[in-house]
Amino acid sequence: MPGKLKAKIVAGRHLPVMDRASDLTDAFVEVKFGNTTFKTDVCPKSLNPQWNSEWFKFEVDDEDLQDEPLQITVLDHDTYSANDAIGKVYIDIDPLLCSEAASVISGWFPIYDTIHGIRGEINVLVKVELFNDLNRFRQSSCGVKFFCTTSIPRCYRVAMVHGFVEELVVNEDPEYQWIDRIRTPRASNEARQRLISLMSGELQRKIGLKVLEMGGNAVVGYLQCFDLEGESGLVVRAIGTACTLDKLSSGSAPNTTTHVHPNTAPASNACNSPSKDGKESPLAHGCRSTHNSPVHSACSSQRLSQNFSVSVPTLIFTGMGSGGSAGKEAGPLKTLLRQQTQTALEQREFPFFTLTSFPLGFLVHVGGVVSARSVKLLDRIHNPDEPETRDAWWEEIRQEIKSHAKALGCHAVVGYSESTSICEEVCILSASGTASILNPRYMREGCLDIGNTDHRFEEPSPPSCGFCHIPYDELNMPFPAQLTYCHHCRRQKVPDVLFTTIDMPSEAAVSGKGCLIQARLCRLKKKAQGEVNATVISNLLPFMEYELHTQLMNKLKLRNMNALFGLQIQISVGENMLLGLASATGVYLTALPAPGGIQIAGKTPIDLSNEHHILTIQKRINDTIAKNRELYQINPPKLFALDPEVFGGINMELTEEVVGSPIPEPRQRSRLFRSHSESSDELSELDLSHGKKDAFVLEIDDTDAVEDIHSLLTDAPPPSGFYSCNTEIMPGIYNWTSAVQMFTSVRVFRLSNVNLTNQGLNKIFTDLCENLLKSFYFKLRSMIPCCLCHLNFTVAVPEDELIQVAVTAVAMTFDKDQTQERTADKPVTKGCSETEEQLQFPLELFADSSSTNTQTSSKISGVPESTGVSPRAASVDYGSFADRCSTWLELLRLKAHTIRRGSVKTSRRTQSLAHSASSLDRCSPLPEGRSRSLRSNRSFGGGSVTVVKMTPLSFLPGTRIIKYLGIINMFFIRETTSLREEGGVSGFLHSFIAEVFAMVRAHVAALGGNAVVSYSMKECMLMENPHKNQAQCLINVSGDAVICVLETDQEPMSSTTSIGQTCTSGAT
Amino acid sequence: MAMELDVFVGNTTIMDEEVYQLWLDGYTVNDAVKVRMEGGVLEECEASADVLLSDTMDQYRTFQMCERLLHSPAKLANQLLFQIPPHRQAVLIERYYTFDDAFVREVLGKKLSKGTKKDLDDISAKTAVTLKSCRRQFDNFKRVFKVVEELKGPLVENIRQHFLLSDKLARDYAAIVFFANNRFETGKRKLQYITFQDFAFCAGQLINNWTVGAVDNMVEDMDVDLDKEFLQELKELKVLITDKDLLDQHKSLVCTALRGKTKAFNEMEANFKNLSRGLVNIAAKLTNTKDVRDFFIDLVEKFIEPCRSDRWTAADMRLYLTHYTNSAHILDTFK
Repeated sequence: MPGKLKAKIVAGRHLPVMDRASDLTDAFVEVKFGNTTFKTDVCPKSLNPQWNSEWFKFEVDDEDLQDEPLQITVLDHDTYSANDAIGKVYIDIDPLLCSEAASVISGWFPIYDTIHGIRGEINVLVKVELFNDLNRFRQSSCGVKFFCTTSIPRCYRVAMVHGFVEELVVNEDPEYQWIDRIRTPRASNEARQRLISLMSGELQRKIGLKVLEMGGNAVVGYLQCFDLEGESGLVVRAIGTACTLDKLSSGSAPNTTTHVHPNTAPASNACNSPSKDGKESPLAHGCRSTHNSPVHSACSSQRLSQNFSVSVPTLIFTGMGSGGSAGKEAGPLKTLLRQQTQTALEQREFPFFTLTSFPLGFLVHVGGVVSARSVKLLDRIHNPDEPETRDAWWEEIRQEIKSHAKALGCHAVVGYSESTSICEEVCILSASGTASILNPRYMREGCLDIGNTDHRFEEPSPPSCGFCHIPYDELNMPFPAQLTYCHHCRRQKVPDVLFTTIDMPSEAAVSGKGCLIQARLCRLKKKAQGEVNATVISNLLPFMEYELHTQLMNKLKLRNMNALFGLQIQISVGENMLLGLASATGVYLTALPAPGGIQIAGKTPIDLSNEHHILTIQKRINDTIAKNRELYQINPPKLFALDPEVFGGINMELTEEVVGSPIPEPRQRSRLFRSHSESSDELSELDLSHGKKDAFVLEIDDTDAVEDIHSLLTDAPPPSGFYSCNTEIMPGIYNWTSAVQMFTSVRVFRLSNVNLTNQGLNKIFTDLCENLLKSFYFKLRSMIPCCLCHLNFTVAVPEDELIQVAVTAVAMTFDKDQTQERTADKPVTKGCSETEEQLQFPLELFADSSSTNTQTSSKISGVPESTGVSPRAASVDYGSFADRCSTWLELLRLKAHTIRRGSVKTSRRTQSLAHSASSLDRCSPLPEGRSRSLRSNRSFGGGSVTVVKMTPLSFLPGTRIIKYLGIINMFFIRETTSLREEGGVSGFLHSFIAEVFAMVRAHVAALGGNAVVSYSMKECMLMENPHKNQAQCLINVSGDAVICVLETDQEPMSSTTSIGQTCTSGAT
Repeated sequence: MAMELDVFVGNTTIMDEEVYQLWLDGYTVNDAVKVRMEGGVLEECEASADVLLSDTMDQYRTFQMCERLLHSPAKLANQLLFQIPPHRQAVLIERYYTFDDAFVREVLGKKLSKGTKKDLDDISAKTAVTLKSCRRQFDNFKRVFKVVEELKGPLVENIRQHFLLSDKLARDYAAIVFFANNRFETGKRKLQYITFQDFAFCAGQLINNWTVGAVDNMVEDMDVDLDKEFLQELKELKVLITDKDLLDQHKSLVCTALRGKTKAFNEMEANFKNLSRGLVNIAAKLTNTKDVRDFFIDLVEKFIEPCRSDRWTAADMRLYLTHYTNSAHILDTFK
């Protein structure tokens, strides 16, 4: 009996009227944990009852503490009939089980009812007393920390990365057919909420156990998902990365985590013998637009009567083109390093990592995206305690991923994620990640101590390009790729295009800004049942992946970029169609070759009008590319490459055409390549015959191609002042200001036209996504200049003729003046260590923060001044090293200067906002800054509601996270039988999403936090029945509750900050 | 594109003040979109009409959800559903309770009952304020009335604290409540030229000088009801017109003081008896509820109109009344 849970019910407020006669409520509260229930006294005739109960004590196993939520039910006492439930609160007490997280849960929780939504609030206090349990065979895993964040949490240092952990639990769904059964939907939905809460507790405990077994103390990148398989049951599954984390002392700068050993990026390069998996040859994939030969999917479909499954051939997205030249000999030391890495990783069953960004030096090389999908037929789960089938399914997919990674010469998969799409009895399981080579330093025991000895392996390869270097053997490439020497260090080979699922490494050298790139696709399919259906779907999948990939590649070229980060490909299945959506952030990596343009070619240029048509299209494409280059400020650094000191005598001009290179990468070859074809033997098995064509030629001899080109050109760029990306941060923007606005938007489109073609459908789907983006830009226009980050699109086909798109993202403001300066000096910063820079910024800020106010008036109008500065920065002479150093310092000074100016400017802006509150044109959603908290305290007596910021990112700009309080993982169901009265589905969902936000905020505030980072909405499942005036919706959200303080405040929890203040007031 | 469903929810509730005003003014979504398009917001942001419609719908839904909270503004500060920065909350509340002068002039002094509410469509037609907006304003009046009815303490302060309104707006509401409670007639044609602000000023004066609250500030309804005792005492003023000697004495005192100070002196002197009679009669009748209601009409008919026909200026009026009051104090009877 190792734990004592204590709960105290303090008070309620804003309760609903339960007794029509008196317009009042006689409320009391039931507190339940496990099988024990306590009750408070009835507080008669009050809508704001004060119970002030005793401490209810539950003596329980810590296993139960992890599994069970604390259930609080508020009821209305009724003398004659049954008591009416007002609503419930589920409190996950897991954060209290970890000594470093929250110590008490205390605050106002919204009382939630599945039918009525939020009905008042209740003030609760919860504490846990935990006794140490030394039982080796224990079933609990208290103390293991969980993080949704997919990077090393900001106030921790990673001592060791243990690797992949996964678990799943299954159960019967308490009520799947909610409308038709006898039990009230309310009862069954409550049962469902309770069950899922219980299951996720259990899942977390089991994962925790695995982590303890591995010797870790935390799970980072924890991703938990629900599969509502309908009649066959309910699956809750989770994956994550087990780590050993050390807490940093609160005083140290947050940056140190990511710069444990800033200069130890070993460059193990071209591997000698990439382990080639004979059979699983991946489907290499370029951007080829000829559609003459259909893909022959080599489906290995096993037909089993009971457990039907079709495995779909997987695509590996990487660069394309054909073979490079002979590679350099890898030194013996590097081989040694490689062997060490291999063994460190090969001990693991799945060398997978759910992380998307890494400590410096961890990621050595990136191979490309690996993904696997499989179509399954769901059958009833017979024994929930032994969920072997589901385990086996995932096992199969992970094996496939692993072998794909091997084929790319990589020993690990990073940025790994898994997902499902279910329609009736068909289920598509998908997994994807980025094949890569990791530095073994983080995976060995005591790794950090021997970190220094690794120095002998190291070559001074700049971290800004190292990850782009190919991990596979040039002579023995797994797919045709066009290799060139790295345009940055000139030592290693790089592919011409790089696709990844991870965030861009912060040290990567980019030119200009990135942008969101989406490929969207709809494919109709016939309605079918069972195995037939599954076969149809699995036959369609490769075509879809192929087309999505083609679209991505074309759009990337059109934007004059050469790398994709954060690639997510989602395929959703409906009864009569499949939806595919690929999102990624395009970037111009200066280490990679400049992308060629797109050439349009007609197959048979017989008549002149056709020729003319092609010419006009070509012109439009060229114009768009030129426009995009300007829009995203892509200026590959030519001057820098000229510097002989950096490149050890290699002197070559890096213009679009590669000229005069001593490296065997002549322009002739690439030009030859354009007209001729080279076949690669590797590919013969799955080569689709258009691997032989040049990647950049679009043939428009069939309607599909015309449509493709059309869709290419119809993608509207974001309006000026806006940028968008789906990664954590926007490449090319560094000077974030503190305003953030997280939002969720959902749209459902009903296809009215019954006889839709694929083209028509595509158009609708594309417009749907494009219009959503346009809508965001419009709504957030007051935040300009601003960037939409972490744009996460989720598509679904909830019913026959419905397409649902849900988006969660965050809009963040940045300082425009500085951006320009930054881009201007970009070539300079590139070669240098980022650490220096990152450390220097805050320091300068601190030193000068006191004087900022006095400077305000004079500098605030300094826009012309700053533009006057930037050309100076741009015209820096790169001639000699000494010169560069001095300019570098000067630049730093300049930069610090503008930062100062920038921050002053924003605070001014918020202030004026507060004052001009009545002016009509202001509708800004940015409530930040001190002015606000001062105001609030003055005029509203410090309203008791803590401001809780939410963001899908792992950080909040301008603030420092000082404590992680625990994971937030919540599941809600809302239903209505008066849909019209609630404003239709839109009104229903609008209030539900607002309620979910409110409940998340309340839980975070009760833990003592003031922000949620890595927030995501994993599930938003809407079912409607307008004829019956009914609807139901399920939402699952998760994130990390944190306490953060303004970066400029040296004292944590300083009471002068708006955050600190609200925090303390919230705790009382 | 016709959407089956289209929602956008921000962690910090996004509200466009222009759209809020349109919503308050009772525009339908489509009309609001038209107004916004004419306002040129589209060109500014490269958006299409669809985007504008979707945005307007979102905002309207948000406002509708907020409306319940706006009914008891104190709740807005500690509710959890919407995260709204405090200064924005203040704007929301202030705007919600702001009313149209044209509308308030129509209902001022009327009983805030269902009967009046039924007439709102006529008022809407007459004032060109949309019916929806009329209802909101009317319900606001009624709500404030109901809440402060049962409260002790100064009226303006109560309104300010319960509805978190600015001082100016709280005073206006106090006037509305005061008029509604005493049912002053303000709708007669002769009173049409008087603006709401004029009445609000009068209400302020009456509240400060004639109510129970003017003497004792801790009783219920102190600022809403006129002080009965005071009204009773006003009857004693009758002596000013019934006693011939006193009337003459008063007149001579006033005339002495006024002589040479105004162009309208002759008219003042000639009309003194009439005017004094008018004023005193109004005052003496105020114990009657019916006569209280007609207070402003009587004032206009019996006092203001005669003065106007004699072309008094505002300064003349002030001068006359000052001396009229001061001289009365000098009279032996009132010492």
